[in-house]
Amino acid sequence: MLRPALIDGNVTLKELTDDINRPLNTKPGVAWTIGFLVALAALLLGVSLVAYQIKVGIGTWGLNKTIGWAFDITNFVFWVGIGHAGTLISAILLLFRQKWRTSINRSAEAMTIFAVMCAAIFPLIHMGRPWLAFWVFPYPNTRGSLWVNFRSPLLWDVFAISTYFTVSLVFWYIGMIPDLATVRDRATGKIKKTIYGFLSLGWDGSHRTWSRYEALCLILAGLATPLVVSVHTIVSMDFATSVIPGWHTTIFPPYFVVGAVFSGFAMVTTLLVITRKVMHLEKYITIGHLEAIAKVILVTGSIVGLAYMTELFTAWYSGNYYEQFAFKNRIVGPYGWTYAIMVFCNVITPQFLWFKKMRTTPALLFVLSIIVNIGMWFERFVIIMTSLSRDFLPSSWSLYKPTFVEVGTFIGTFGLFFTCFLLFVRVLPVVAMWEVKSLVGHHKEEDSHES
Amino acid sequence: MSHNNFARVKDFLLGLYDDEQRMVAAVKTLRAAGFAIYDVYTPYAVHSLDGAMGLKRSRLGIVTFIAGLTGLILSLTFQFWTNVIDWHVNIGGKPDNSTLAFIPVSFEITILFGALTTVAAFFVRSRLFPKKETLVLDPAITDDRFVIALQKVDGSFNEKKAHGLLVASGAVHIAEKSVIT
Repeated sequence: MLRPALIDGNVTLKELTDDINRPLNTKPGVAWTIGFLVALAALLLGVSLVAYQIKVGIGTWGLNKTIGWAFDITNFVFWVGIGHAGTLISAILLLFRQKWRTSINRSAEAMTIFAVMCAAIFPLIHMGRPWLAFWVFPYPNTRGSLWVNFRSPLLWDVFAISTYFTVSLVFWYIGMIPDLATVRDRATGKIKKTIYGFLSLGWDGSHRTWSRYEALCLILAGLATPLVVSVHTIVSMDFATSVIPGWHTTIFPPYFVVGAVFSGFAMVTTLLVITRKVMHLEKYITIGHLEAIAKVILVTGSIVGLAYMTELFTAWYSGNYYEQFAFKNRIVGPYGWTYAIMVFCNVITPQFLWFKKMRTTPALLFVLSIIVNIGMWFERFVIIMTSLSRDFLPSSWSLYKPTFVEVGTFIGTFGLFFTCFLLFVRVLPVVAMWEVKSLVGHHKEEDSHES
Repeated sequence: MSHNNFARVKDFLLGLYDDEQRMVAAVKTLRAAGFAIYDVYTPYAVHSLDGAMGLKRSRLGIVTFIAGLTGLILSLTFQFWTNVIDWHVNIGGKPDNSTLAFIPVSFEITILFGALTTVAAFFVRSRLFPKKETLVLDPAITDDRFVIALQKVDGSFNEKKAHGLLVASGAVHIAEKSVIT
């Protein structure tokens, strides 16, 4: 079956260059300015609260002896998960030769990088003394050398997240070099010319370079694909390798990876529905793109629903008292309401995407993506909180409520995320021009064959 | 093909095209007529050019493999050395050499080494670096023009014939350019 055209109308290469370059050489609009100020305010709130909790200590959080992990790790898993869609779009869809990804991969990768930055904040501040964060790396030290514990999934996380961030950043930048050259050749003003000139590394469009460049992109995609799967697998092992009922299950790695893709695509939808409207990119990020994303959300959402059911079945079938209790407590215990939100948002809501009307109406998709984002945050909260609050010993049972500091820090990470994203759309080409151009060029070729 | 030449000034005959297909056909015609293509400058990667220009497959994959393998061996050795030889710590009674538990870190380091080294090799091989002066043959290359560059090698370059072939193959513009290397 043939896909509908990947971009709307007959765009020439020149129009494409001009359309994508325009925001970089014009003054921002009102919508952007308001959005940026709101994001900046949230970021400032986050920065001041992080400073406060570093000064006073982790006692400003709602944690207690029973519940030593709560908001921070929930937010960490939430943000890392969001990042996964970017890599999926840029790497896995490249390997599968899905050409529709070309209009959205740049912004999705940007989202990945900013989301991983947000995620990394939480383990850092939870250390209490973040200036000693370098202790997580194995370096010769005056304490022995006492090496880090390579058997701990938390350490695996350190390596997974830092590798993921580094490789994503490099992949993003490499993919941008030809476009930075395009921007360089069109930049107005000396400062812009110098910066884009520096970043584009003297790219001249030589085909000898292009040929190697394509090989490099394929190799990086091939490396990023197992990497992205390993990252959320390792994140899930933070839980799965423990002996806590509800965590100690082998379904966790695939369940987390699919959940990550699900939440990431929801965030991509949230961002793109706004971006295409505000930046006037409807021609390049079409309804067709949104529909393709919606289909991924539908598939992954259904797999997530299946995983929830599998967990329940396994708990029942295991005959293990503690496992059964953990899941009963999850549904009807003190945090039962969070389970209800989770099921509503992640299992029921995506099923509406079976309707084409739903998949092709940006406003409806936007609402749906927000619901899924909320649901996926609650999924992590449910997993972490229900298992910790009711452990083996009833005398140590406890409840947890986030404090203002924790909620404010979480809002602060949204501030960081959107501040970065809004700056990105102003200073870097938001659509991968050279990739879309190759589609337009080939498209033209096909037309001339027909005539 | 090496870009290196003892001459400090390189003279080029450039054919500008506004269509991918015509440009690829022109490359084939020029090569068939015995002209060496110095390079082709394009706004995006044109896959059929690899064959038309007779380029060999990139060997970057070999770099990735060697670097990845190095990362794997180094990280496994390092974890073994720290846990078994340098300072073994009893953690939950697990064996000092918990090879399976060393796999995730080794996996990540393999990918990290592979990715970074390949990128570095690409930069070196393609001579891309910050502050490099761009060989801007035409700013329209990063927009919508395809440029075939033929180097006017002293004595052996039949300029008239080349010019004729460029025109016949549908070049929208023909220019001459000297680049100081």
